[in-house]
Amino acid sequence: MVVQTLRQDEVDRLFQALADATRRDIVARVLVAEYSVSGLAEQYDMSFAAVQKHVAVLQRASLVSKEKRGREQIVRGEVDGVQRARRLLDDYERIWRQRVDRITDLLGEDAGDDD
Amino acid sequence: MTVISTEKDTEALHFRLVAEFDAGVERVWRIWADAQQLQRWWGPPTWPATFETYEFEEGGRAAYYMTGPDGEKARGWWRITAVEPPRLLTFVDGFADENGDPVPDMGETAATVTLEDLGGRTRMTMTTAFQSIEQLEQMVEMGMEEGIRAALGQVDALLAEDASV
Repeated sequence: MVVQTLRQDEVDRLFQALADATRRDIVARVLVAEYSVSGLAEQYDMSFAAVQKHVAVLQRASLVSKEKRGREQIVRGEVDGVQRARRLLDDYERIWRQRVDRITDLLGEDAGDDD
Repeated sequence: MTVISTEKDTEALHFRLVAEFDAGVERVWRIWADAQQLQRWWGPPTWPATFETYEFEEGGRAAYYMTGPDGEKARGWWRITAVEPPRLLTFVDGFADENGDPVPDMGETAATVTLEDLGGRTRMTMTTAFQSIEQLEQMVEMGMEEGIRAALGQVDALLAEDASV
C-alpha cells in the first residue's frame, strides 16, 4: 500500500487555514459556486479587508484560487476533493495505527497476569 | 505488527482497519467497554482523553474531552447504537462545544467495531463512515498526533507553535 502524505509545511498551511470557522465556511461556499470577494464579504459580519485576508490564507493553503474579473476578484474552490480526502484518510489511518499501538501496549501490560 | 490491513474508500468516504491482538476476545472487548482503559488509548499521547460520561449500553451516551498541552479541551460525544459483548459495538461519534452540547453542523461519523476469536488471539475490524470531506478534516484535526493538533477555533499562532514541537 502506498501511503501518500502531505509535506509538513503543506499540512501546517492546510490546518491553519481550516482552523478558522469563517475560512471553513468560505471554502464550503466556494466549492459549490464561485463568489466575488465582495459577495463573500456580504455573508459575514466583518469588513471587506478581513474577508480578503481570510481568502489570502486559503489561497496560500491552495484551498481556493482568486482571479480578477473586471473590477471583481472571483474566488473559487481549488481543491480536488477526492485527492484531499485520500490524504486525509491517510492521516486518519495514522491516528488509528497509533491507537492500535497503544492498545497493544495496554494489552501487553497485563499479559503476565493472564498467563 | 498488529495492523493487518487498512482500506479506504474515498468516494464513499469510509475507512476500515483490521488489527490482530495477542489477547483473548473478552480482554480486547474491555479496552472498549471500560472507560478507564478506553481513555488510555483514544486520545493522542499529548492529548489524553477523559470520558466524563460512559453509558456502555445500547442507546447510551458518552461525553469526553481531550486535553491539549496548553490545557485547552477538545470535546466529543458518542451515541452508542449497539453493544453485543464481546463481539460488536457500533456508535455515532460527533463533536461537542465547550458545554458538551453536540455541534450539529460539524457532522457525525458512524463507527462499527467487531471482534473475532482466532483461538486465543483476537481480530478487531473497525469501520468509520464519514459524511463529508470537511467532516473528515475535522476528525483528523481532532485526532492528529504531535505537530498538527488543531482544536477547532484555535488561533493560527497556537497552531504554528504546536506544529514545530
